[in-house]
Amino acid sequence: MAFINFLKPKNQLEEGGRTAALIQRDEGEPEKKCPNCHKDIPLSRLWANRLVCPCGYHFRMKARQRIQMLADKGSFQELYAEMKAGNPLNFPGYKEKVENVRAATGEKEGVVCGTMKIGKQECCLFAMEPYFMMGSMGSVVGEKITLLFEYAAQNRMPVIGFAVSGGARMQEGLLSLMQMAKTSAAVKRHSDAGLLYIAVLTDPTTGGVTASFAMEADIILAEPAATVGFAGARVIEQTTRKSLPKGFQKSEFVLEHGFIDAIVARTNQRKFLAELLKMHNGG
Amino acid sequence: MSLIPYTRVKIARGNERPTGIDYIKHIFKGFIEFHGDRRYSDDHAVVGGIARLAGNPVTVIAIEKGRTAKERTYRNFGAAHPEGYRKALRLMKQAEKFGRPVICFVDTSGAYCGIGAEERGQGQAIAENLMEMSTLCVPVISILIGEGGSGGALALAASDRVWMLQNAVYSVISPEGCASILWKDAAKAETAAARLKLTAEDAKNLGVIERILSENDIGKKEFYDRIGTLLTEELNELSNDLDLVGKRYERFRRIGADVVDKEQL
Repeated sequence: MAFINFLKPKNQLEEGGRTAALIQRDEGEPEKKCPNCHKDIPLSRLWANRLVCPCGYHFRMKARQRIQMLADKGSFQELYAEMKAGNPLNFPGYKEKVENVRAATGEKEGVVCGTMKIGKQECCLFAMEPYFMMGSMGSVVGEKITLLFEYAAQNRMPVIGFAVSGGARMQEGLLSLMQMAKTSAAVKRHSDAGLLYIAVLTDPTTGGVTASFAMEADIILAEPAATVGFAGARVIEQTTRKSLPKGFQKSEFVLEHGFIDAIVARTNQRKFLAELLKMHNGG
Repeated sequence: MSLIPYTRVKIARGNERPTGIDYIKHIFKGFIEFHGDRRYSDDHAVVGGIARLAGNPVTVIAIEKGRTAKERTYRNFGAAHPEGYRKALRLMKQAEKFGRPVICFVDTSGAYCGIGAEERGQGQAIAENLMEMSTLCVPVISILIGEGGSGGALALAASDRVWMLQNAVYSVISPEGCASILWKDAAKAETAAARLKLTAEDAKNLGVIERILSENDIGKKEFYDRIGTLLTEELNELSNDLDLVGKRYERFRRIGADVVDKEQL
């Protein structure tokens, strides 16, 4: 069901992307295979369409690419950029792993935070980084998100958060687990101050992040066909020895069960978010 | 006496250990059970209601694993569905309304991993508990009596005080799960258990819990009496705290905040 929806363009941008994809391309241009429609899509075309395949498949996107896609030009100002994780449990191999990921991604940690404007609307933003240990939440991710909500509460600003996470980061053990309680308390304070929080769940949003700030927003959006759930599908299959229903834990499934407000294609997000911010900002 | 962490895990999972209901029965008087989440169903893995502690009404909530095979099936082995967490939250809100403190006994390998649990928002249920508990206006004390399995345990332990029995364990992931992710080999659980720092001493050193309860006389009258006395004393202190919610915020706020700058890689 979910994938059939992709066939129909939902907006002009998608439509434009589809027509554009048919244009003859240069010989030898690098391309990427879409895991959904199995077509080879020229990279330039993908970039122009915000990493969305003409078939509607949303490729994984880096945190800074999202920010670039959303923010009014030059409006993003990063916060807490210098914050790095230690190895609080002296977990063997963790230090090396993080160092490798840092070198590969150019990111210091699994979330990028800051302030920016979308369609002239000011907001705080966090975007989790899928290429940094799959956006897993350790002390730094928890601390940065908590600081951002505290900053937003103090400055009476809305928060937009892009979630992507495999869950709590096990190499920081209980400290990771406690970040769930910590971030939740910060979200609650921000919420009690009457301020808006919009979460956008992207593929995949699971585990301790689903069980904390991802599911605590006033408005919860998701990208099409994103995996959104608490337990991993394989674990559920092994535990219950039952085959999973079709589209299980996909955003369309979660929408159907009443846990998200709307599915918004990436090509439409900037407009959508700007409008939501405006409507909560006195029109 | 120093046991290796994985031995602790096995003890914590042990069949002969007192379960949630034993604590309710022996520490409190006149327990009246309240059922259901008022949304969907009554989760048998979570037992809750009101009782008296040193004469005063309190709300008591326990995750119950059951002991016999039949009980364990009925209690779903202490793995709660979203309804269990929603029942717990309903009872906590009720406690807040009537000014009763809340005491939780936690013993779970984790929130249930199942199709229905996902369909009815397991993640959302836990998240809501964490959020709502952070501003609950009455004292909340949680005691980990056996397994403290990840988010499913934390959803009843975002509290003013968290205590652990000497051989209870508290972890972000089961040692088996950790081993199978890191080394694709669940048999390396013993190594994982040591690395996860999941014992009561570890949790105390990490600033995650306040107190370790001795198990020397576990299951005996003196054991329950001692816990009852400690709870009474602690609740007296918490009840007089005018900044209860602020301090609860700080309790979690500081965790992980210090490791960030101190130990740069």
